[in-house]
Amino acid sequence: MDITKPYRTTKTPLIEIYGLRKSFGSNEVLKGFDLLLNPNENLVILGKSGSGKSVLIKCLVGLVDVDEGKVIVLGKSIPDLNQKELDYIRTEVGFLFQGSALYDSMTVRENLQFPLRRHPERMQHFNEEKLVREALRSVGLEYAIDLMPAELSGGMKRRVALARMLILQPKIILYDEPTSGLDPITANEIIQLILRIQRDYNAASLIITHDMDCARVISNRMIILQDGINYAEGTYTELSKSTDPKVKAFFKEVQPISL
Amino acid sequence: MKILDEIANYFKEIGEIALFAKRFFKEAFKRPFERKEFIRQCFVIGYNSLFLVVVTGFIMGLVLTLQVRPTMQEFGAESFMPAMVGISIVREIGPVITALICAGKIGSSIGAELGSMKVTEQIDAMEVSGTNPFKYLVVTRIWATVFMLPMLVIAADAVGLFGSFLVENVKGAVSFKLFFNQVFENLSYGDLFPATIKSFFFGFVIGLVGCYKGYNSDKGTEGVGRAANSAVVLASLLLFIVDFIAVFIADIFYEI
Repeated sequence: MDITKPYRTTKTPLIEIYGLRKSFGSNEVLKGFDLLLNPNENLVILGKSGSGKSVLIKCLVGLVDVDEGKVIVLGKSIPDLNQKELDYIRTEVGFLFQGSALYDSMTVRENLQFPLRRHPERMQHFNEEKLVREALRSVGLEYAIDLMPAELSGGMKRRVALARMLILQPKIILYDEPTSGLDPITANEIIQLILRIQRDYNAASLIITHDMDCARVISNRMIILQDGINYAEGTYTELSKSTDPKVKAFFKEVQPISL
Repeated sequence: MKILDEIANYFKEIGEIALFAKRFFKEAFKRPFERKEFIRQCFVIGYNSLFLVVVTGFIMGLVLTLQVRPTMQEFGAESFMPAMVGISIVREIGPVITALICAGKIGSSIGAELGSMKVTEQIDAMEVSGTNPFKYLVVTRIWATVFMLPMLVIAADAVGLFGSFLVENVKGAVSFKLFFNQVFENLSYGDLFPATIKSFFFGFVIGLVGCYKGYNSDKGTEGVGRAANSAVVLASLLLFIVDFIAVFIADIFYEI
């Protein structure tokens, strides 16, 4: 398999990115990035800090405007959508923020009710309270329903954010550094939770991370974002065997400094 | 050159605030209305500021009367005290002092709250859940300041007049009935209306600037502090400009 070419299955991709360019002033972060996310796939994007990983997923939901290139989500070109169409696509795409981004003036229950009340069509015939409790149960936090975000630990906040994202039952889930800032045990719990969500909700996931353990366990496929382009692509095993020094750098263990 | 740049930046910011205000008017009358959040904001902005505004209003009435009384006495015009204090508090001092206090309390809290929501990506989280954060956060807060400020001004005016009465009662043995009869005999709708109308505009300025600064804050926690601080400074400055325009327009109507 050629690790520099996007991988395409016979199914229609849920996300397609072609030649994405994005600059901030004179700093060009993305210089023609390509990506395909296929159904039921867990795609991990690896990259150094500041390489534009977060910018990339923000382009997918219209939080950051694209300078050049095509960004197609669920068959719709994101830069060409009007606000109403974009809001609809956003309900189909779940987004887990790096810092969880819980609304800190609301209880856990209100955090989960917030997206649901603005999209009552998503409730179908279900009761709001039942959906909220169900989402919290799926992340193991039903007992925290009346707590405020300030009363939760980092790992609990991440779980509540996952529950809030799941309540609209998205088709695609975007994770921005899901394990960053967590201890190894909690990080492992979050990884297991992500795998369970993928199995139960049958959603495709795009995971931004630089946590190699997370990437190894979660990914079906990985892309290395380097110098603003998809530098290499393949499975964890394929990339870990690469002889390219830039790819190898991601798999190298940290060595102590000899004094 | 630095001064020229600063002047250019100032006008650029005024332009951006005007665009922000334009967006507010565009969204403010469009469904769905966030009624629950609007009522919550009215409580947060109105009720939570009431004590501060009332205490300040009371002291304002006391001090004004204590300061002016000796001069009026010198001219043998103590009998004009209730009228003079009533007109000054209702027409100018009450609305301006209340607005300045609210710029400090409400403007900074809105700036800091929205600024912190911005840097912790809570606003982005609302946006990606298919909700319009501008409508939920900005429109409700601006409407709440617009409706609550005139009420706070009326409360401050009433307590300020009561403070003034206490001084008059102790120093000049003026009865409650006589004092307030004198006040209301000399106050006309022409005094009350412009003051109330300008209070709505003061509320709009405080809400608009607080929301603008918070909604556009950046650079982490430092940005949040700066948003809160600059919301107070800019709102206070704009309050005086709005006051000048309001007095100028009211004066034209008086001359007619």
